[in-house]
Amino acid sequence: MTAIINPPIINPPAAGTETTFNPSNPDHMKQAAYIAGQAADMRVNVELETGGMTVNLGPQHPATHGTLRIVARLDGEQVISADPVMGYMHRGYEKLTEVRTYPQITTLVNRIDWLGSFANEVPFIGAAEQLMGVEAPQRAQWIRTALCEMARIAHLTLFLGDLGAQLGAVTPVFFAFRDREHVLNQIEAATGGRFHPNYNRLGGLKEDLPKGWVVETKAVMTKVRDFCDLLEELLFGNLVFQQRTRGIGLIPAEKAMEYGLSGANARASGVDWDLRRDQESPLAWSMLDWKVWTHPDSDSYARCWVRLQETREATKIVDQVLDGLPAGPIMAKVPRIIKVPAGETYVSAENPLGEMGYYVVSQGGLGPFRVKIRTPSFNNISIMPWVLKGVYVPDIVTILASLYFILGDIDR
Amino acid sequence: MLAFTIPYWGQTIIKMLAVLVVIPVGGLLVGYMFLLKMMAHMQSRLGPMEPGGFHGWFQNIGDAVKFIQKEDTIPGKADKWVFSLAPYVVVMSTFLLYLVIPAGPDLVISNLAAGVFYALAVGSISVLGILMAGWGSANKYSLMGSLRAAGQLIAYELPLVLAVIGVVIQAGTMSLPGIVNSQRHFEVFGRNIGGMPFIATQFVGFAIFMIAAQAELTQAPFDMPVAESELVTGYMTEYSGFRFLSFFLGEVASAFALAAIAATLFLGGWYVPMPTWFHDNFANIAGPVVLLTKILAINFVIFWVRFSYPRFREDQLQTLAWKYLIPISLLNIMATAVLKVVF
Repeated sequence: MTAIINPPIINPPAAGTETTFNPSNPDHMKQAAYIAGQAADMRVNVELETGGMTVNLGPQHPATHGTLRIVARLDGEQVISADPVMGYMHRGYEKLTEVRTYPQITTLVNRIDWLGSFANEVPFIGAAEQLMGVEAPQRAQWIRTALCEMARIAHLTLFLGDLGAQLGAVTPVFFAFRDREHVLNQIEAATGGRFHPNYNRLGGLKEDLPKGWVVETKAVMTKVRDFCDLLEELLFGNLVFQQRTRGIGLIPAEKAMEYGLSGANARASGVDWDLRRDQESPLAWSMLDWKVWTHPDSDSYARCWVRLQETREATKIVDQVLDGLPAGPIMAKVPRIIKVPAGETYVSAENPLGEMGYYVVSQGGLGPFRVKIRTPSFNNISIMPWVLKGVYVPDIVTILASLYFILGDIDR
Repeated sequence: MLAFTIPYWGQTIIKMLAVLVVIPVGGLLVGYMFLLKMMAHMQSRLGPMEPGGFHGWFQNIGDAVKFIQKEDTIPGKADKWVFSLAPYVVVMSTFLLYLVIPAGPDLVISNLAAGVFYALAVGSISVLGILMAGWGSANKYSLMGSLRAAGQLIAYELPLVLAVIGVVIQAGTMSLPGIVNSQRHFEVFGRNIGGMPFIATQFVGFAIFMIAAQAELTQAPFDMPVAESELVTGYMTEYSGFRFLSFFLGEVASAFALAAIAATLFLGGWYVPMPTWFHDNFANIAGPVVLLTKILAINFVIFWVRFSYPRFREDQLQTLAWKYLIPISLLNIMATAVLKVVF
C-alpha cells in the first residue's frame, strides 16, 4: 500500500477563507481529486491481498464504547473487510412508543442518545406540538435552545476527550470528564436530571429556571471555552495526533451524501448543511448570530476539528440565549389530558451527532399510532464497511472515534 | 578501595540482598511517584489520592494486595508452560540489568569489562518473554500485540545501541564504573574543572537514547503492543493475578533500570561535580542518593511524555526508527569519532 501523504490542509481557515466545498474553486477541485485518488488507491490495493485472519472487535471491546461488534478480516495489520453487526442493544423504543402516552414518551426518548438526552426530546416534542397545533411560549423556546446547546456541549466535550483516549493519550479524557461535570451540574440545576432531564412538556417546560442560573451558566461557558483552547493545544496541536488523523478515513462529499451522513461528519466532508440553520424551527437558532463550520479535508482530523469548533459555537449560542432571554410564561394552555388529533408529521433537528427526526403518526388517541425514529448514528456508521477497507488496525480506532456514534443511538 | 574488607561470602549475601531489595523498591517507588501521584496530579484524577488518608499513600499496597488475591487463570487452549513462564522471563531480564549499575566508587555488584554491552543484551531478553506471552495465550489480540512488540523492540534496540556507542568512544571503555570515572575526570580543554557529565557533549546521543528507551519500555507514544483501545491490552490480555502483577512490576522496574543506565551513561551516575580531595568513602555514601535523584528526574521525563502524547501507528513508529533515529545516531558516532581524534 502506498504511503498516505498528508493532503493540503486549509487549517485553521483564516477569516474569509472559503471552507465550504465549491466546485468552481480550483483548489477545492484539486482537493477532491486527491481524495478520490486516495480512495481509489485503497480499493485497488485491497484487491491484491490474499489470506488473512478474522478478528472480532466487540461486542465487548474498548474501541466501540458500547456493544457494537465489528467483524474484521485482516491481512497482517491491514483490514480486508469490516462489517458492523448491530442490535446488541436493541431496546425496542419504536414499538414501546405505541403503548405509551405522549408525556411518557419524552422520558423514553431521553435514553436513545444518552449523552445528549435533552436534544432527543426537542424534535419529538416539536412533532407532537405540531400535530396538536400548540405553540410553546417564546421563553420556553429560548430555554429549550439553551439546554439543547448545553446537551451538545456535554456531548462533544466527552467526544473530544474520548478521542484522545482512543488514540492513546489518556490525559484529555480526564479533563473532559472534569469540565463536562460543570455543564451537567447546570443542566441538573435547571431540570433536576443530570443525564435524563425529561424537562420538556407538550406546550412548554416543566418549570422555570432557578435563581442565579443564568450567571452561573455563563461562567460555565467560559470554562468550556477554556477547555476547548486547552484541547486544541494539547491534542490538536500534537504532531503525533495529526499524523494519526490526517489523511485517515477519507469520506468524499458525494460518498457522504450517498450514505446519508449528517451532522459534523457531513460538514467535515465539505457539505455545508446544518438543520439548525437550514430549516424552519420554532427554536431560537434563527434569531442568533453563529456560524456553521465546515472543513474541505474530509478526513478524521477534519471531523474532530469541526466538532471542536461546534463546541465553541454552542457556547456562543448559549451565551446569546442567556443575554436575550425573553420574559413571560413557560407553558402554553394545554388540556389536562393530552389527546393528539389524527395526522402525521416528520420533525427533525440537529442533534449533537447529526440529523435526528421523528415521524409521528397519530390516530387521535392518548399515544401515537406509530413512531419512526431516524437516528444519526445508524446512518453515520453505515459507511463503515466502505471507509474501513484497506486501513490498518490502529486506524479502525481512529476512524470509529472520529465518526462518533452512541450505541443506544444506533440500536434504539 | 573500602577502608576494610568483607569476606567473599559476606559480599555475596550483601549483593543478593541489594538486588532483591532494590528492584521491588525501585519499581514500587517509580510506580508510586509517577504512575499514581504524577498521573493523578496531571490528569485531575481523584481516585489515587484517597486511600489511606494522606495523599493516597496506601494505593500501591492496596493494588498489590488486590492483584495477589485474584484468581490465577490460564486459558484452556493456552500453551501452559510458555504462558506461565513468560512474565518471569520479562521480570528476570530486569533483574539482570541491575547487576552492572554502579551506585558509588565501590558499590557495584559486578564490574564487567563489557558492562554496557551486557546491559543492552540482557535488556532485550524481555522481548522473548513478550513473544512467549503472546504466543502462549492463544488469543489473537495477544498475538498481534506481541508481534508488534517484537517488531518495535528490534527496531529501537538499534538506535539505543548506536546512541551508547558515542559515549563508549568518548569514555574509551565499556565498563559502566569506568564510564562514570571518565566523566568524573573529564577535562574541558585540558583543564579539570571537577569533571563533566557526557550529556554536555553527547546531547544528541542522549535524546536518541531517551526516545529509544521510551520505545523499549513500550510507554506512550510507543505503546502499540498494549494499545488498550485496539488490542484490549495486547500480550497481557489473558493474564491475571500475580502474573499480571509481574508484568506490571517488570514494566516499572525496567523503567527504573533503563533510567539508571541513562543516568550512568549521560548524567554522570553517582558522581556530582565535587572537589577532588573528597574521599571515595564519602562518594560511596552520597552516591546512591545522587544516582536515585538522577533516575527519578529521568523517569519524570519518561512519564511526562507518556501522559501527554497519543500513540504512534506501527508504520510511523518504524519510520521514525529507521529513517530518522538510526541515521542521526550514525552521524553522531561519526562526529564523536572525529572530535575524539581532534581533541
